[in-house]
Amino acid sequence: MITKRIIPCLDVRNGRVVKGTNFEGVKDVSCPVELAKYYSANGADELVFYDITASFEERRLFTEILTKVAENVFIPLTVGGGINTVEDFDRVLKCGADKVSVNSGAIKNPLLIREAAMKYGNQCVVISADIKRVDGQFMVFAKGGRENTGMEAISWIKKCVELGAGEVVVNSIDTDGVKGGFDIELLRLVCEAVNVPVIASGGAGNMQHFVDLFNAIPSIDAGLAASIFHFGEVKIKDLKAELKKNNIRVRL
Amino acid sequence: MIAIVDYGVGNLFSLISSFKYIGADIMVSSDPDEIKKCDKIILPGVGAFEDARRKLSDTGLDKIIIDEAKKGKPIMGICLGMQMLFEKSYEYGEHLGLGLLKGSIVPMQGVIPKELKIPHIGYNPLIFKKESPLFKYIKNGDCVYFVHSYYAADCDDSVIATAEYGRELTAAVECGNIMGCQFHPEKSGEVGLNILRAFCEMGEEK
Repeated sequence: MITKRIIPCLDVRNGRVVKGTNFEGVKDVSCPVELAKYYSANGADELVFYDITASFEERRLFTEILTKVAENVFIPLTVGGGINTVEDFDRVLKCGADKVSVNSGAIKNPLLIREAAMKYGNQCVVISADIKRVDGQFMVFAKGGRENTGMEAISWIKKCVELGAGEVVVNSIDTDGVKGGFDIELLRLVCEAVNVPVIASGGAGNMQHFVDLFNAIPSIDAGLAASIFHFGEVKIKDLKAELKKNNIRVRL
Repeated sequence: MIAIVDYGVGNLFSLISSFKYIGADIMVSSDPDEIKKCDKIILPGVGAFEDARRKLSDTGLDKIIIDEAKKGKPIMGICLGMQMLFEKSYEYGEHLGLGLLKGSIVPMQGVIPKELKIPHIGYNPLIFKKESPLFKYIKNGDCVYFVHSYYAADCDDSVIATAEYGRELTAAVECGNIMGCQFHPEKSGEVGLNILRAFCEMGEEK
């Protein structure tokens, strides 16, 4: 049976990974290529790169970096950040990305999902949604979680999947950064609503949180985290051993 | 020299990178004469069967591949490339494949339990069915990365590995010099690279 995926997320600005700490054998933890190689060699099942650059010049640097990563790391690579048009899909796919994650770009123009899915296949289009509770309702937020779009989250995700999104990344703003565990309530609702892979993001603080996630929602496909991996608080190898001990299927 | 057949289907970036990474001598080509000169052929492919099959006929490359296969040249199809080696596909209609392997490509839908997601995406362990030179550097139970909604059926003779997803699905095939992987070796970490290494070394020990 299919294994649960563990996915580190790397924020890249000006050609460097934004967060990072010391890893054994990695001389430069803010070098995306070095860090990607380290994660790949140490059990990461997939990598997500977020392009948090602003200028055109920096964007060129991002695609150069992506190319170098893709030439050296042979696990699936997902790219997000600044994806607003089919040309943006084309730009990162040519540099070796396997999947492209859209967030604000799809909020501005939901048909981008359909257009990209028709051209590159559903498996290539990932919808990433930033979700927060407002008066007891799950709402979709834009602009990095700063702006309430007024859209209810579950129906938005369903709509994106109907348009052709082949995978969903659910970022819970409420649990993000709190390190108190994933947002099980929200993730369960998403998993019940769609029949494509769902990736949990936001809230992982330790290994037990991943065990709890996969035990609480057997149909969830993957857990994504950034800082706990980058700061070395959780080592992916140890995490996978812990999951296996708890009878959760992982790729070792 | 290994020819990676370029017929305008899918992104070859990762496949090319992975062969370069393991130090293989490769050439990406759509030129029949160049492909004929190479001693091994990789048939890649992502997307819809009908479209890919048509592109292969339009370029005349289907005949070249069939001829070279019949001469005994090692050929490996990857993902949709593997599916095209079979007789038929029932993806949106009924389409003829290259007919190099017995069997047909059928949808997972209706065959696997309803609660399982389609496409089958993710890492799944290989279940070896037969010994194969492709498995020289890997072991039973090693995980490889799948992305597909259709699978090869009625191909018992050539199946060398399956993966369990509600039922056992064809994961890798081999029948003499004709080989194929439903999964993506170029996205399966060290295990995948080791399958490509084994393919590159085939026939070189002699």
